[in-house]
Amino acid sequence: MTLSICLSIIVAAAAPEAASRESAIRMLGSVSRPEDAEAARRALDAVTRGGADGLLPVLQGFSNATALGTNWLRNAFEILAAGEQRAGRKLPENELTAFILETDNPPAARRLAWEWLVRQHPDLKTSIIPQLLHDRHPDFRRDAVALLLEQAAAQSGPAAVALYRRALSGAVHPDQVKTIAEALAAAGEPVRIAEHFGFLTQWKIVGPFDNRDMKGFAVPYGPEAADGSAEPFDADARWEGLIGPVRWQDISTDDDYGLVDIAGQIENYKGSLMYAVTHFGCDKARSAELRLGTPNAWKLWVNGRLIFEREEYHRGTRMDQYRIPVRFRQGRNEILLKVCQNEQEQDWAQDYQFQLRVCDESGAAIHSVQETP
Amino acid sequence: MSGVQSMNRKRAAVAVAGVLIFLRTGSAGDWTQFRGPGTNSVAAGQSLPVELSRGAIVWEADLPGRGLSGPIVQGDSVIVTASSGYDDDRLHILCFRVGDGTKAWERQFQATGRTVTHAKMCVATPTPATDGERIFAFYSSNDLICTDLQGRLQWYRGLGQEYPNASNSLGMSSSPVVIDGTVVVQVESDAEAFAMGVDAVTGRTRWKIDRPRRATWTSPAILPAADRRSAQVLLQSSAGLAAVDPHTGQQQWTFGPGASTIPSVTVSGDRIVVPSNGLTVLQPSADGTSVTVLQKVRGARPSTPSPVVLGDVMLTVNGAGVLSANSLTTGKRLWQLRLRGRFSSTPVAAGGHLFCFSEQGMATVVRVTPDQGEIVSELDLGETILSSPAAAGQALYVRSDARLWKFAESR
Repeated sequence: MTLSICLSIIVAAAAPEAASRESAIRMLGSVSRPEDAEAARRALDAVTRGGADGLLPVLQGFSNATALGTNWLRNAFEILAAGEQRAGRKLPENELTAFILETDNPPAARRLAWEWLVRQHPDLKTSIIPQLLHDRHPDFRRDAVALLLEQAAAQSGPAAVALYRRALSGAVHPDQVKTIAEALAAAGEPVRIAEHFGFLTQWKIVGPFDNRDMKGFAVPYGPEAADGSAEPFDADARWEGLIGPVRWQDISTDDDYGLVDIAGQIENYKGSLMYAVTHFGCDKARSAELRLGTPNAWKLWVNGRLIFEREEYHRGTRMDQYRIPVRFRQGRNEILLKVCQNEQEQDWAQDYQFQLRVCDESGAAIHSVQETP
Repeated sequence: MSGVQSMNRKRAAVAVAGVLIFLRTGSAGDWTQFRGPGTNSVAAGQSLPVELSRGAIVWEADLPGRGLSGPIVQGDSVIVTASSGYDDDRLHILCFRVGDGTKAWERQFQATGRTVTHAKMCVATPTPATDGERIFAFYSSNDLICTDLQGRLQWYRGLGQEYPNASNSLGMSSSPVVIDGTVVVQVESDAEAFAMGVDAVTGRTRWKIDRPRRATWTSPAILPAADRRSAQVLLQSSAGLAAVDPHTGQQQWTFGPGASTIPSVTVSGDRIVVPSNGLTVLQPSADGTSVTVLQKVRGARPSTPSPVVLGDVMLTVNGAGVLSANSLTTGKRLWQLRLRGRFSSTPVAAGGHLFCFSEQGMATVVRVTPDQGEIVSELDLGETILSSPAAAGQALYVRSDARLWKFAESR
């Protein structure tokens, strides 16, 4: 029997198996309901019966996978990879490296591959990570920034400043940005932190409206429509508020973290609520994340559509407390926020504030092409 | 001492002695969930090392992330959860071998719900549970993950995705319980609140009930079946206590005068001890349809640790680290003992001793009798401990943010 005939037989035998594996991987990636678990268990068995040759297909399966599906695929990868380790075999370094460096591949899959690969070959960190400073996965960015910060700390003068500047270009986590900003400020190059994070700092605000006994959360005052949507912004609108007639007023913030302090800049009207509106320009339709921090109850509309609402008061606040995926249209997008204060009297329940930014999935700022209140 | 007090003390002594005899002759079981199989922190049949010292450490293992979740023990496996990453969104399940502490396997998942918590908390705050064949790992993000004992995923519920408003910006901490093939989770926040019974095998919802829309950090407890009463799951919130049928979620009775939102209800025999106006002792009716208040103990105010009952002695730790003992029968204060440190961890009771771990990492063993609490030994582990320990196979397991320890008597 010739070699080519042997290979044909092997390929013919392997093809159905591979097709079955591909099907099982697709099934795992599609899991979205509790009812899918039984089929997913069977698919997991099918995928993990093979060896290392299943690793790359599993990673590729992360494309378009659901959040639950991603975790099923992650489990399959870990079972396969751990099996290889137990057997004393190395993971396919070249293939995994190529998969990681191809930035069109799903970020979560690339990161998973990296975390297993770097255990096997720690030296890869210095060759691969610097290439991922502007990656879609925030953890790659974090690692790349950390390497640059190490280098910058060992330098001085313009060389250090250049490294800090480069680190800032990829930094998405507040602790790293703070370190960089302090170093650059000391070198006479202050960083505009709010701009770096993409905080929206120019707003129009109207209120207070009545939220006594927390009843106002459900009441569609003037900026809202009765059907739960938002009315288009009307700069000349007038309404009757909690303590008299109200109209849109300008409000802005120069806080590094975009904090609009209603209590401090206007007044802490107990049992009240305010609406704040701003506009965000896009040169094309695109996906983005709105990241909100507020200790107050809130509702959020984009282009008139209610995106999310949450009735929780004073359970803490921080930057990026809420991550809300949105789809912006080309041109001007209207963002309306309803912020509610209750009547709690404790010291820790007096904040009346919000901070909102626009970014991508990695946390990197997306800037308005024409931000106008 | 009055005659009544004297008689009560004698009764208490008899009750404790009875429990001690039982504890020393019972079989050593697994530690299957938060506060053990009985959800009462009592390690029946365990003979744990009361002289804690470095010499009592059988092994220690490094952990990859933080956790307020306690370890559980199933057969030869110690299961621990952890969370890590800048956003605390990486969820870990780890399995260590009981014998030597080597890691049998680890699985990681990406949180699908919110991971924001108070700095003291973390996403791996609820303690996992097991039914002996599966592991049920629950997190503040409301990811409910079921694997088999080898770490193979069996089902995955992203309750944070299914119910995106059922979260708390300070973090969620309620631990699941498993009873008769149902995993019961309590997911209660100001914005949305529910309890759910999930089929342990399939992951499908058996029942879901609305709960008071108020933040709570308590965990369910199990009231065992007795005579004409079927087993019930006790759900506690600031509204009070509710007993539900674990198979249907149907409410059996309620206790309404409010309850704490952090320390959880515990059960001892046919007594229910609920942190409510101090402590309130309840007795369920024989048919399990109502409950009677037996005692109100206003002076006993548990902070984060849940109460523990050892015989007739109710034990609570307050915010100042004072261990208080009150009679379960009379409610009377028996004694108090100041421990070192502040406590988040609920102690474990075994062999007439209470095993306490402070937030500062001080392990304290207290011998408990109706007459006094006596510190038997102390060991400074030097690491932050916010989790509750596990007791199984004559050994004690406790974890910090960085380490898991096994303690046992040297053989």
